[in-house]
Amino acid sequence: MSSIRAALLIQRWYRQYVARLEMRRRCTWNIFQSIEYAGEQDQIKLYNFFGFLMDHFTPASSERNLISHIFRENEICRDIEWERYFCYKSIEVPESYTGPHLTFPMTFCGVSKLMEAFKHKQQLHARYVLQILGETWRLLRILPNINYVSVCHNQEITICGDLHGHLEDLLLIFYKNGLPSSEKPYVFNGDFVDRGKNSLEILLILFGFLLVYPNDVHLNRGNHEDHIVNLRYGFTKEILGKYRVHGKKILKLLQKIFSWLPLATVIDHKVLIVHGGISDMTDLNVIERYVSALRPTKMSQQAVNGSKSQNSRNGEAGGPVEGRRRVYSLTHHSPASAQRHNPPRRSLHNLPISNQLSWSLEDELKRRRRLAGFDQSYGEMNKSESDSDSEPAGTETDEQEWKQIVDLLWSDPMPQNGCIPNEVRGGGCYWGPDVTEEVLERHNLQLLIRSHECKQDGYEFCHNRRVLTIFSASNYYEVGSNRGAYIRMGPDLVPHFIQYQASRTCRELTLTQSVGWTERSALRALREQLFVHKSDLISAFQEFDPNNTGMISLRHWASATETVLNLGLPWRMLRPQLVNSTKYGMVDYQQWIRELSITEPKLEISDTSILETMYKNHSNLETIFRIIDTDHSGSISFEEFRQTWKLLSSHLQTEISDEAIADLAQSIDFNKDGSIDINEFMEAFRLVDLSCIICPDAP
Amino acid sequence: MAESNNQSAETKLSDVHKRIKAAFETFDNAANNTVDVREIGTIIYSLGCFPSQADLHDFIAEVEEDHSGYIHLDRFLPAMTKVLLEHKFPPIPKDLLLQAFEVLDKDNKGYLEPEELTKYMTQEGEPFTQEEMEEMLTGLADHERNVIYYKDVINQLAIDPDM
Repeated sequence: MSSIRAALLIQRWYRQYVARLEMRRRCTWNIFQSIEYAGEQDQIKLYNFFGFLMDHFTPASSERNLISHIFRENEICRDIEWERYFCYKSIEVPESYTGPHLTFPMTFCGVSKLMEAFKHKQQLHARYVLQILGETWRLLRILPNINYVSVCHNQEITICGDLHGHLEDLLLIFYKNGLPSSEKPYVFNGDFVDRGKNSLEILLILFGFLLVYPNDVHLNRGNHEDHIVNLRYGFTKEILGKYRVHGKKILKLLQKIFSWLPLATVIDHKVLIVHGGISDMTDLNVIERYVSALRPTKMSQQAVNGSKSQNSRNGEAGGPVEGRRRVYSLTHHSPASAQRHNPPRRSLHNLPISNQLSWSLEDELKRRRRLAGFDQSYGEMNKSESDSDSEPAGTETDEQEWKQIVDLLWSDPMPQNGCIPNEVRGGGCYWGPDVTEEVLERHNLQLLIRSHECKQDGYEFCHNRRVLTIFSASNYYEVGSNRGAYIRMGPDLVPHFIQYQASRTCRELTLTQSVGWTERSALRALREQLFVHKSDLISAFQEFDPNNTGMISLRHWASATETVLNLGLPWRMLRPQLVNSTKYGMVDYQQWIRELSITEPKLEISDTSILETMYKNHSNLETIFRIIDTDHSGSISFEEFRQTWKLLSSHLQTEISDEAIADLAQSIDFNKDGSIDINEFMEAFRLVDLSCIICPDAP
Repeated sequence: MAESNNQSAETKLSDVHKRIKAAFETFDNAANNTVDVREIGTIIYSLGCFPSQADLHDFIAEVEEDHSGYIHLDRFLPAMTKVLLEHKFPPIPKDLLLQAFEVLDKDNKGYLEPEELTKYMTQEGEPFTQEEMEEMLTGLADHERNVIYYKDVINQLAIDPDM
C-alpha cells in the first residue's frame, strides 16, 4: 500500500467518524430546541385561553378576581403615585450589610463597583436596587421607541445578543471587548433575563451603564422582557428568592421598566437591530409613534389633569399621550373589558377555540365555565356590564400596532418566501427572504441584525446575508452546546464577529466529550418528557398491538411516540439512545417505559392519574400558582389551589374531581398548616432521573 | 440494523426510505424537505457510508438543484436509496485501516507522532483543513504522551453498531 492510499483511507475513515458525531450533536440540539419552543407555545396557549375566558365571561366576583388580576393593571394611579410606592428612601441599609454601597447620580466608578461585587457573588441591597431601577425608569420614559445611532469616524459599535442571565458571558464580553463608554458604544439586543441565574445582576449592570452613558448604551426589548414570560422562565423566581421582603416591589418596577424599553435600534439609517425580527407588515413609522392599546381614556385624562411628573414631553393636552410603548405583556393582547362589544378577536395563532366560535359559542362557554367551577348564572355575552371606569380601547388600529410589536420581538426567519404565523413559538411570524428584501427596501436599510435563536457558533447569516442572527449566551442549552458571539461594526457597517465560550472546563473538552455531555443532558430532558406522557404513550402503542403481545415494531414505536409528544424529532435517529434493546426489530414497550428510570415522589393519594397530569403540566402549574400568589408570599391557600386546578383542567379540557384535588392538596401540605408552599410543591414534583446517579461523570 | 432477515423486498425498501428520511429530517430546519448542500456529506456518512471527497462531489452534482445551495428530498431520496442498496461506499475494514496506519508508521513504533500524522493528513490524499487536523489531534492523541496509539484508536472509534 502506498502512503497516498493509506492517507486517503485514514482521511475517509476519520471524516465519517466526525460526521457521525455531528449528526448526534445536531439531534441533541433539535431535542433542546423543540422542548424549549414547545414550552413557549404552551405558555402562550395558556395565556390565550385565559384571555379568552376574560373576554367572554362575567363570572361571579370572587372567581373573577382569580383570573382578572393576571391581566388587569391597576393603573388608576399616575406615575407620581407609583414613584412614591417605589421609593427606596425608607429602606434602611443595616450595618451588617457587606455588599456595595452606591451613590447617585450613577458614575462609572459606581458601575465598576457593582461589577466587582457581582464577580464576588455579592448581592446588592434592595434599597440600591430600587434606586437604580427608579432612575432607569425615569430615563426610559423619555427615550424614544427606536434608538437612532450613528457610528462616527474612528469608532466601532458593539452589538450583543441574548444573554439570558449568563453573567459570566457578559463579563467575558467586557473583558475581551472593553467596557461601554463614549468611545465604546454598545447595543444589547434583548433577552437579558430568564433561564440563567444572574438575570438581575445583568440588568443592574446594563442599567448602570445606561444611566452613565445614555447616548452610547442602547437596550432593545426582547420577548423575555415581559413579566408574564418571567413567571415561567425563572426571573420572577430569582427576584423573589433573592429579595424576600422587597421582591414584589422590585418586580412591579421591573414590569414598568420592561414596558418602556425601546423596541429597535437603527445604525446610520442603514442597519436595523431588533430582538426577534420582522413581518410583512413591519413599519418603523408605526412603531415610533406607537400608542398603547392598554390605555383607557380615563387614565389619559388623569395624566392631563395636572401630573407634575417630569414627562412634560408626554403632551398632556388631552388625547392620546405621545407615542410610548406601554404594552406590559405581549403574551396577552388587550385589556379584558375593552373587547367586550367586539367580535371575537384574532388570536396570535390558530387556537382550537377560535374554530369553535363559529358554531355554538354559548354552549362552549357554558361547558368551560362549568369545568372551571364558575357560577352558572352567566349573562349574555353582549350585555353591557362593562366596568364603569374604562371604555373599549380595542380598535383595529390598536390591534395592528400591537401586532407590530409582537412581530418585532417573537418572529423567526425561514428559508422560503412568504410570511406565516409562527406556530412553533406561538407568537410573531416566520418571514422569508422576499419579506426581508421588501421591508429593508421600503425603509432604505441594508442589513437586519436580530437575536432570539440560539446558534451553535454564536452567529449566523441567512437570507443572502441580509439577516444576521447574533446570540451571546454560550453553553445555552448545556455545557459545550454552543459558543456565544458579539459583533463589532465600524463606519463601513461591515460586521466582524468575536466568538467565545464561557466555561474554562468546556473549552478543554474534545468534540467527542462535549457532544457526549450535551447529549446526555438532552436525553435526560427527553426522557422526562417521555415519562410524563407514559399513559398516552402506552395507549398509542397498544393501538399498534391489537393482539396484546406487548411488542411493537420500531417504525410503529417512532410513529406513536411522535404522535403523542408532537416535538417533531427524528425518533428513528434517536432510537439507539432511547431504547436499550430490541428483539428482531421489535420493542417491548411496557418494559421500555419502566426502563426510563425516572422516579416520582411517594405521595399517598388515591387517584394517581392526577399525578401524571400534574407532571405533564408542571410548568403551566407553576406559572398559574405564581400568578395566584399575588402577594408573592410563596404560598397559596387550599381554595386557591383548588381554583388553579379547576382552571387548568378547563384549559386542558379534562375533568378532575373535587375529591381528587382535595386529596392531593392534603398530601402536599407537608407542614400541615392549611396552605401550600409553592416551592415545596414544585420540589415534590421535580422529576429525578435515576440514570444520572448511576453515571456520575462530569466534565 | 437489527431488522428481521425475513423481510420482503418491499418492506426492506420502505425501511431504507425511512432511514434516509430520518437522517435528512435532522438537518431540515424549516421542515420543507430541503437541506443545505453543506450538510449532505454528514447525512451520507451518518447512514453508514464512507464516500471519499470526490465521491461526495459527484453525488452532490447529481442531486443539487442548479447551484441553489439546497438539496431537495425528492432528488436525494432516490439517489441515496441507490447508494444504500448497492452498498456503493462500503465501510473500511478494520484490518485495512490498521494496515494504512502501519504504512505511515515507517519506523514501526506502534504509534504516530502528531507531526508525522499532520504531514500526511494535510499534504497527501484529500488533505485536511487546519481545523480538521487540530480536532483530530485533540481527539485522538494520548493525553499524557501526546502521541497517537492507532491500534487503540481504531478500536475505540469502531463503526457505529446500530448502522
